[in-house]
Amino acid sequence: MVRVVFPNHLLSHTGGEREVEVAARNVRELLEALERRFPGSRDALRKSAVAIDGQIYQDAFLEPLEPGAEVFFMQRIEGG
Amino acid sequence: MAEAVDFKVIGTSPVRPDGVDKVTGRAQYGADLNLPGMIYGRVLRSPHAHARIKRIDTSRAEAIPGVYAVICGRDFPRGQSGEIGGEGGGDVADLAKNVMARDKVLYHGHAVAAVAARSPRIAEEALAAIEVEYEVLPPVLTLEQAMRPDAPLLDEHLYTKNLPEKPDKPSNIAAVMQLARGNVDEGFAQADVIVEGEYKIPMAHQGYIEPHACVANTNEAGQSTVWCCTQGHFEFRAMTAKVLEMNVADLKFIPSEIGGGFGGKTVIYLEPLAVLLSRKSRRPVKMTMSREEVFRATGPTSGTWIKIKVGAKKDGTMTAASAWMAYEAGAFPGAPMGPGAMSIFAPYNLPNFKVEAFDVLVNKPKVAAYRAPGAPQSMHAMECAVDELARKLGMDPIDLRLKNAADEGTQAPYGPKFPPIGLKACLEAAKRHPNYTRPKPPGAGRGVAVGFWFNVGMQSSAEVHINENGTVTVVEGNPDIGGSRASMCLMAAETLGVPYQNVRALIGDTESTGFSNVTGGSRTTFATGMAVVKACEDIIAQCKARAAATWGLDESQVEWQDGHAVPAPGVNADVKPLSLADIAANAARTGGPLLGRASLNAQGAGASFSVNFGDFAVDRDTGKVDVLSFTAIQDAGRAIHKAYVEGQMQGGAAQGLGWALNEEYIYDENGVMQNAGFLDYRIPVASDLPMIDTEIIEVPNPSHPYGVRGVGETPIVAPLAVASNAVRDALGIRINELPLSPPRILAAIEAAEAGAR
Amino acid sequence: MTKLHVTTSINGEEVDFLCEPQQTLLEVLRETLGRTGTKEGCATGDCGACSVLINDRLVCSCLVLAAEAQGQQVTTVEGIASEEGLHPIQQKFLEHAALQCGVCTPGLVIAAKALLDRDPDPDETTIRYWLAGNLCRCTGYDKIIRAVQDAAKTLAHPA
Repeated sequence: MVRVVFPNHLLSHTGGEREVEVAARNVRELLEALERRFPGSRDALRKSAVAIDGQIYQDAFLEPLEPGAEVFFMQRIEGG
Repeated sequence: MAEAVDFKVIGTSPVRPDGVDKVTGRAQYGADLNLPGMIYGRVLRSPHAHARIKRIDTSRAEAIPGVYAVICGRDFPRGQSGEIGGEGGGDVADLAKNVMARDKVLYHGHAVAAVAARSPRIAEEALAAIEVEYEVLPPVLTLEQAMRPDAPLLDEHLYTKNLPEKPDKPSNIAAVMQLARGNVDEGFAQADVIVEGEYKIPMAHQGYIEPHACVANTNEAGQSTVWCCTQGHFEFRAMTAKVLEMNVADLKFIPSEIGGGFGGKTVIYLEPLAVLLSRKSRRPVKMTMSREEVFRATGPTSGTWIKIKVGAKKDGTMTAASAWMAYEAGAFPGAPMGPGAMSIFAPYNLPNFKVEAFDVLVNKPKVAAYRAPGAPQSMHAMECAVDELARKLGMDPIDLRLKNAADEGTQAPYGPKFPPIGLKACLEAAKRHPNYTRPKPPGAGRGVAVGFWFNVGMQSSAEVHINENGTVTVVEGNPDIGGSRASMCLMAAETLGVPYQNVRALIGDTESTGFSNVTGGSRTTFATGMAVVKACEDIIAQCKARAAATWGLDESQVEWQDGHAVPAPGVNADVKPLSLADIAANAARTGGPLLGRASLNAQGAGASFSVNFGDFAVDRDTGKVDVLSFTAIQDAGRAIHKAYVEGQMQGGAAQGLGWALNEEYIYDENGVMQNAGFLDYRIPVASDLPMIDTEIIEVPNPSHPYGVRGVGETPIVAPLAVASNAVRDALGIRINELPLSPPRILAAIEAAEAGAR
Repeated sequence: MTKLHVTTSINGEEVDFLCEPQQTLLEVLRETLGRTGTKEGCATGDCGACSVLINDRLVCSCLVLAAEAQGQQVTTVEGIASEEGLHPIQQKFLEHAALQCGVCTPGLVIAAKALLDRDPDPDETTIRYWLAGNLCRCTGYDKIIRAVQDAAKTLAHPA
């Protein structure tokens, strides 16, 4: 199980739920589980960056998730 | 990750490989290419800040002898759907409308039509012959105006995003963002001291000395080659393909040398116009912007309006902070309010905070990324508030920051816990720096501030070729804005164990090398460096295999040491070490040419914190502010090329100081920029600045083979508040609006004196 | 429009060209003569990227009409190095990392040469004010000043 936290601007896609626990072994499974739980959230979630245990990933998909991992969704950044 | 003591070349400052061509004028920049048969493109730009286009008649222009092609909005497809690009990109439909207006013009200077003609003079004549009928609309020029419920709308179909419920009326507020933790009301209730402030920062431009320029050439199969100055030719190709609904395979982008970008050259402006003009005219078309066009019609950064409140206990422990921040997006959505909101409290361990940020349309050019987009504006407000807090508490400004400093394990305001970071190391280095321990000159004021940027990784590709004499060619896809070729060569030389002079670097075009994201985002030394190192490791593996085959050993019995294949310890073999040159000379017999490659999406970019301070003098009679000294301390993770890391710190400081002391977009009531040139948009000149002292801190980033953190963007952040805080210290007056130019300083002095009377 | 025939000397070589009366020296250098080492940053004399020497006098070539070059000696960045190699100013710019994007560098090399030809031992303030007409957005000027100071030393005491 991993702990997933959503920023304010994604709460409209999660019915207001800010924190959830999800069973997933990698980001791909996490996204699929979240899309099942929150129908219609697919595009918004896939466009987000995620931070996994402190490391920020702009295009996460295959990254493994250890049990008890903390996953934060956040806005993508490219910089200038 | 390698230990610092082992390095042979990393950390030195050799001459860059492209240096001789740049000091002799040989290096070719965007406007330096001339092709046989080339004609010249020019853009017709809107004279109004806000208007509907009723009619465009290009017939008279097309009839002028020497005019080869004329285009306007109706020559463009709608553009593919979706989003593209970083801060400054956004929705493809918006990008398409920005490069060429369709039904509305949304800022003075917005492109309305373009021509290609035999000479620039004939092109100008053709522009004058294009008839455009406008229905002029009232312009919206400030955040206050734009955010009023009765404001004229730039886009009647735009509804504010990210609100809990979709609003029933359209708005100029394109989106809102909120970050929160704990309970700020309770937090403020626990505070012994509270400071509040309201700060305004103007729109400013990146100010690169080279205007945008490109040459496009299209053949009869519809394949186009574009030569242009760009921070990212692959991203430019992708954006151009989406805007023109072209197959990327039919677009080849060749990056010229680039005369500065700072984020402003991560977005397309002229390129799709030049492609269409070259397609229509069947000639190569050169397009360059004038300096005026650069100011009026490219992508400056947001002006902002920020209200901030911070509370702390008597001993300096911060208990709560809140910020309300409005950012100008310009003509289309996409202000960097997200990064601004995520960075404002990043240096501090805050139990309670709340940030509300707004992306607001105004009739000004669509903003683009500018070095740490969003952070200079937001962090200026917090760093000024912390300065006021230090005064109220009677604490040294560095000590107050040390007391609340984020460190490894602190939860960042945007969610995750920080991995190892260098903020405390920078603060401690500042505290003991001789420029800080010495007293300020009499009458001067001293200011301190912290800077930060996340830094990104993203995609890079690299190839390494070993020439038959053992010299090395590195091929990668990142335009060299600030010495990155040198850093790639240093990392390759270190990894392979060969002299730096044996390594050459080539920036490949979109057909010659694999995809790379922009040179920007403080990512090049980090991510492209990582790809170069991996490609070198690929070479080493191949060399060990070749040596093993040559010696009749197993691969596992061979090691690589100091640029040579050697038998592993304990292996009994009477052989001489084989150098890279030896192996290359025999390559045909052992399997063919030596070619190493790597491509990756680099993860684990480490954030870079900085601490800056400076002594400033204010002349009370003229209002002029002099920078007497400035010191920049920053965590670079590991400095690959020491002098170019210092260069980033000094250059960013100069930009930040320019923005703080003199730079601003000045508009009249019709939305026309009044200072669209370097005379009156006054960037720092050599006589404005002292030597800029630097100290590089190295808290290595565990995710990079050499510990690199990006350094390019952080340097612009802290100087704004250093200036504000220093002027506050010198004058005894807090001025809440930048720039701190002479008229503003004098008005503040007058107001204070009037108030005291 | 009748073109003017201009004969001039550029970097010691006799050169002639045709130009329209209103064309600037900068435009002719870059577009007609293909010498793109001299850069356009603003075309209004505010940035110094187009700096050249005319009879050893430092000017912005965007503010000089091409026709004014008639009979004069023009020096551009392409003429600063010699058979012996780079000029000390160029060499020191490289050693001190006094360029990042490099687009202001040609103008600065020309301006620095004009200074050191007149004043072989300028102090920091003199250098800063002399170079105030050459904008650089990348370096913050620190390493540029150090390069010019070092070049002055080298020119005064050739190895």
